[in-house]
Amino acid sequence: MYVAVKGGEKAIDTAHAWLAEERRGDRDVADLSVAQIREQLALAVNRVMAEGALYDPDLAALAIKQARGDLIEAIFLIRAYRTTQARFGHSEPVDTGKMRCDRRISATFKDAPGGQVLGPTFDYTHRLIDFALAAEDQAANASQVEAQSGDAAAAEMPRITDFLDRDGLIQPELRDDTTPPDMTREPLAYPANRALRLQALARGDEGFLLGMAYSTQRGYGRNHPFVGELRVGRVDVEMEIPELGFAITVGEVTLTECETVNQFVGSKSEPPQFTRGYGLVLGHTERKAISMALVDRALRWQELDEDNSGAPAQDEEFVLAHADNIQATGFLEHIKLPHYVDFQSELELIRKLRAEAQAAQMVRQPEAAE
Amino acid sequence: MSDYNFAYLDEQTKRMIRRAILKGLAVPGYQVPFASREMPMPYGWGTGGVQVTAACLTPDDTVKVIDQGADDTTNAVSIRKFFEKTAGVATTTSTAAADLIQTRHRIPEEPLREDQILVYQVPIPEPLRFLEPRETETRKMHSLEEYGLMHVKLYEDIARHGHIATSYAYPVMVEDRYVMDPSPIPKFDNPKLESAAIQLFGAGREQRIYALPPHTRVVSLDFDDHPFDPSRADHPCALCGAEGSYLDEVITDDRGGRMFVCSDTDFCETRRDAAKDEVAA
Amino acid sequence: MTPLLSVRNLSKSYGAQLGCNAVSFDLFPGEVMGIVGESGSGKSTLLNCIAGHIAQDRGQVVYDTRADGPRDTVTMPEPERRMLGRTDWAFVHQNPRDGLRMNVSAGGNVGERLMAVGARNYGDIRDTAQDWLGRVEIAAGRIDDRPSTFSGGMQQRLQIARNLVTAPRLVFMDEPTGGLDVSVQARLLDMLRELVREMGLSVILVTHDLAVVRLLAHRLMVMKSGEVVETGLTDQVLDDPQHAYTQLLVSSVLHV
Repeated sequence: MYVAVKGGEKAIDTAHAWLAEERRGDRDVADLSVAQIREQLALAVNRVMAEGALYDPDLAALAIKQARGDLIEAIFLIRAYRTTQARFGHSEPVDTGKMRCDRRISATFKDAPGGQVLGPTFDYTHRLIDFALAAEDQAANASQVEAQSGDAAAAEMPRITDFLDRDGLIQPELRDDTTPPDMTREPLAYPANRALRLQALARGDEGFLLGMAYSTQRGYGRNHPFVGELRVGRVDVEMEIPELGFAITVGEVTLTECETVNQFVGSKSEPPQFTRGYGLVLGHTERKAISMALVDRALRWQELDEDNSGAPAQDEEFVLAHADNIQATGFLEHIKLPHYVDFQSELELIRKLRAEAQAAQMVRQPEAAE
Repeated sequence: MSDYNFAYLDEQTKRMIRRAILKGLAVPGYQVPFASREMPMPYGWGTGGVQVTAACLTPDDTVKVIDQGADDTTNAVSIRKFFEKTAGVATTTSTAAADLIQTRHRIPEEPLREDQILVYQVPIPEPLRFLEPRETETRKMHSLEEYGLMHVKLYEDIARHGHIATSYAYPVMVEDRYVMDPSPIPKFDNPKLESAAIQLFGAGREQRIYALPPHTRVVSLDFDDHPFDPSRADHPCALCGAEGSYLDEVITDDRGGRMFVCSDTDFCETRRDAAKDEVAA
Repeated sequence: MTPLLSVRNLSKSYGAQLGCNAVSFDLFPGEVMGIVGESGSGKSTLLNCIAGHIAQDRGQVVYDTRADGPRDTVTMPEPERRMLGRTDWAFVHQNPRDGLRMNVSAGGNVGERLMAVGARNYGDIRDTAQDWLGRVEIAAGRIDDRPSTFSGGMQQRLQIARNLVTAPRLVFMDEPTGGLDVSVQARLLDMLRELVREMGLSVILVTHDLAVVRLLAHRLMVMKSGEVVETGLTDQVLDDPQHAYTQLLVSSVLHV
């Protein structure tokens, strides 16, 4: 006799045990430590912190280990952990103008006060597999050049866009002291304001934003961006302690900030000015910060009195509703769950419709049956 | 990280969700936006339902979780375990014994009581979504009760197939005001939406909660001359012999053999046990 | 007699660019008012302001509603205005794609307004749709076909049927014969004239084509740079134009 499928519980336990074994891999190979991941896979750790929206390199490294290197899975672990954390308060806005930069470049000016600081970048490497790294010989790949770390930081680095702003060449960003909305505490509502959009983009999926930004470059909502400035470095996080009545530094985070200078707008009453796009992301995450700035700029068409050309990157609902990879991956993968109740009802319907169609055909062509 | 609050969510979050639930109950069928949290299971796997359940649970409650009508499908097991672990509540597979039932895609066959809560997991809460992709526009359509387009879809179905070709997630009109998506339950279950229990619908990814208070009037959309037809299977259950239940089709061999059995496993088992007792007595 | 529609001092500008300036006129039941002018003269802006598709800057649009008599539709709550828009008013776009649902059958297109106001009998809706398709000379067998399979002239006739099915009293038309061949235009104009007479429709008709207004409009309003430069009975304006701009319009047509 047939017995309805049982044993879901046992199957899950077994699958989890197998997963743990797969995660560990060959036991003859040394276990990877969280510290190794944090130090040697730092850019993966940065991405997990940025999209997990939680600045904690150790935890992000642990999540990567647990997720077997699946970064979206690791981001998911971080997000789920983040929800459970009590919120004590919020920091003062960080001042990226005072960033201690490891890297700071401008594509719009050859030189500027503070200078161009290349920092640790892949930009000018030749993408050749370095087989020496496989030799695991520490001495062999120790750098011949003494890496200079953080001491570009000593120099003052005023923002490039401030130069343009001083001359009225770029659309000014007006100071706004209203508390920005918090998308982790309120449901996302459309139309969103810019603060909310930037928040959503800052934790959006790097690949999605890259694709959106790239599409604007290829003509779908074109906005002619220049990287006015890209800076990576550390900023102080200050928080006002009610008992003290003033703000004190509670820590330091690494951020990547990108300001783009874009095509200008103007009208009969206003002389032309450049416009801006803005990206700010946790950790060293350049590709994401630049993408974010391009997408931010594309989404500002209404505020800047531009035409909506119907490009996906100009469509706020489209971009914001699909940028979050945790939402996306969950919904995408849920189609693996059983749907046999729905499928059954579709099956019955299609059989009924087919039977009727066949019956109707028989009526139309009775002689064909003879 | 070892200590979780009761039922995982912190109390403030639960209060926020309860406010959304109360608003939903006050305006039946209206989709209340709420600040859905990231949960430790993926979006689309029941995060909305889990948050609603977490906000409703008390330590004395007994919980039942079903997916496709069954208590033993993997996702139902996983969610049931989640509440066992994070809330320490009692769990059951018996519909009658549960205070709260979380479900995906089915309504239990056994009529629910006034002291029970049924929580639905909802993937896409917006019944107008596939006619109009824009949230700003669909909210306006709801607020102005512009539902003509919904009937255009049904009209097109009949014009093409001779029937309304929607077999699950069949849209309903709630108290003559809001068109609502009942979640992807088969249309067979639609008549059971008029229930004595409180019914709560949670969509985590889409950040919406909506509700049907007990005994709310819920009408499946149709035409006067093409009335809603919940469609019944034309076989009894091969295991318990039930004639009015929703059946799963099970393929039994590779020669086209198949059988039909109750999708509601508790309903089926209860009937089989009762039959055994009768034989014994 | 109460005007069906009374427009007072309607103005709209786009930044420094003037759309239309302080336009006033009355439209009486059964009357067809033509608005002519070259492109950029503000005639489409005016039409869209009156229909409530774009927000005016100043002025009133008073409509004699069936239920409550004259009401300013500009200050009317949005649900009521949208209700008017799908019952007692109709809007025929130049491009039928803007006024039709291209992925819905012809029958569904005609039936939509009926269903929007509560029709719930499939058979009745279908009969009414069938009847209307006949009135706009679309073969009965095409009722389940999508408009994307129709010719331009058929699409335009379908758009008209879709609009008139709720028996509106006021119809806005924006270059209704715009994109069509001359022979197709003539047939459509005949049909429109017939429907207007039969149903006693009031129409505001925007066009740059003087032949169209000569055939359909009782009265004319000539616009230039957002201003009304001349008004009067159609024959009077076309045969004896007073304003220099109207004279230019009329003469350029005669020379064609």
